[in-house]
Amino acid sequence: MPSVKIKKHAPDNDMTPFVDVAFLILSFFMLATKFKPEEPVEVTTPNSVSSTALPEKDAFMVSIDKDGRVFISMDNPQSRQLLIQSMNQTRGLGLGPAEMKNFINAPSVGVPFSKLKSLLSLDPEAESTKEALKQQEGIPCADSTGGELTTWVREALVAYSGKKLNLLIKSDNSTKYPSFKNVLNAFKLNDQNKFLLVTSPEDAPAGTALYVTRQKQISGGK
Amino acid sequence: MASIDSGGDGGGHKKGPGVKKAKKMSTKVDMTPMVDLGFLLITFFIFTTTMSQPTAMNLFMPKDVDKPEEQNKVKESGAFTIMLGKDDVVYFYEGMDPAAPGNFRSASFKTIRDEIIRKKQSTNPEDLVMIIKPTIDATYKNTVDILDEMTINEIKRYAMVDISDVEYQLVKITEAAAGIK
Repeated sequence: MPSVKIKKHAPDNDMTPFVDVAFLILSFFMLATKFKPEEPVEVTTPNSVSSTALPEKDAFMVSIDKDGRVFISMDNPQSRQLLIQSMNQTRGLGLGPAEMKNFINAPSVGVPFSKLKSLLSLDPEAESTKEALKQQEGIPCADSTGGELTTWVREALVAYSGKKLNLLIKSDNSTKYPSFKNVLNAFKLNDQNKFLLVTSPEDAPAGTALYVTRQKQISGGK
Repeated sequence: MASIDSGGDGGGHKKGPGVKKAKKMSTKVDMTPMVDLGFLLITFFIFTTTMSQPTAMNLFMPKDVDKPEEQNKVKESGAFTIMLGKDDVVYFYEGMDPAAPGNFRSASFKTIRDEIIRKKQSTNPEDLVMIIKPTIDATYKNTVDILDEMTINEIKRYAMVDISDVEYQLVKITEAAAGIK
């Protein structure tokens, strides 16, 4: 019987194009990525058809989590420093330079004034601090005077004086309306009536007035 | 497995007799670890990245005025009040009197748009004012949704104000009748 010798090929196939694509995707993600800033609380924002981009500069953000705890955060380290310095003086918080530095680097703060010192004296590197940041009880704001949040807003306005301060409110889907109203109230007491609500983008539903207007804008722009 | 085969052994022309064939080193490079690492990084970046940038929604609140003569007047024919209740239910009435028979009705977030459109079409645009009154049971999502509805339907004039006792009682009664706890 004639035996046919089949030449054995190595079972390896050329992976070069595969690797090319993989690294292309990798470089895309590396360039396109923007790291989520670490937040002590998770806040899922609702969707809106609004297409305004969120301002990144001169932003004072109040976050409300689903239990109604209120946190504040700011973008500018300089303004943060001004803020904590004047707060320290006017409210007699008794913070040292190290604690103020912790405030400048802290992601967001949500404790009453009485507990601010003990929170900021924690070592920012320690693992227990992360837990403590999650356990913050929120800035009190649930009365007609707006509570301590009013003071924070007033001092922030001073710290950002000369710049146009963007007031951002970021709140969770399931936050109850009264918590949101309390925050609005604290702003109102400082004569601030313009806000930006942080939302996730969404398309205008088809057939609605806004949808028609946007379609016109697109075709008109061409 | 993963490798680059760049010629190397095999093939090649014959050399003359006596010319010793130099043993060629294989130029095959095992690419498996590189690919492993590449995909590890891809997974990492996919998980950490935030693709959709958050957007900002404008909200202008009116200043609190004590004097009644400085307050904005609303024409009765153009007023449309929306109340946000428990369990994503919306209540609405037209005009000034919520207690008028058949005036106080409930809707969902899906059906409220039709009511808004109907009101917008049947009213003089200059008179139309939507009044949004969230109850204490409404969630933030409800509030944003209804504000969004104003944008979607291009309602120019709307205001978010506190709910009155009469309206809240009506909402409560309707909720109790509908079995919402």
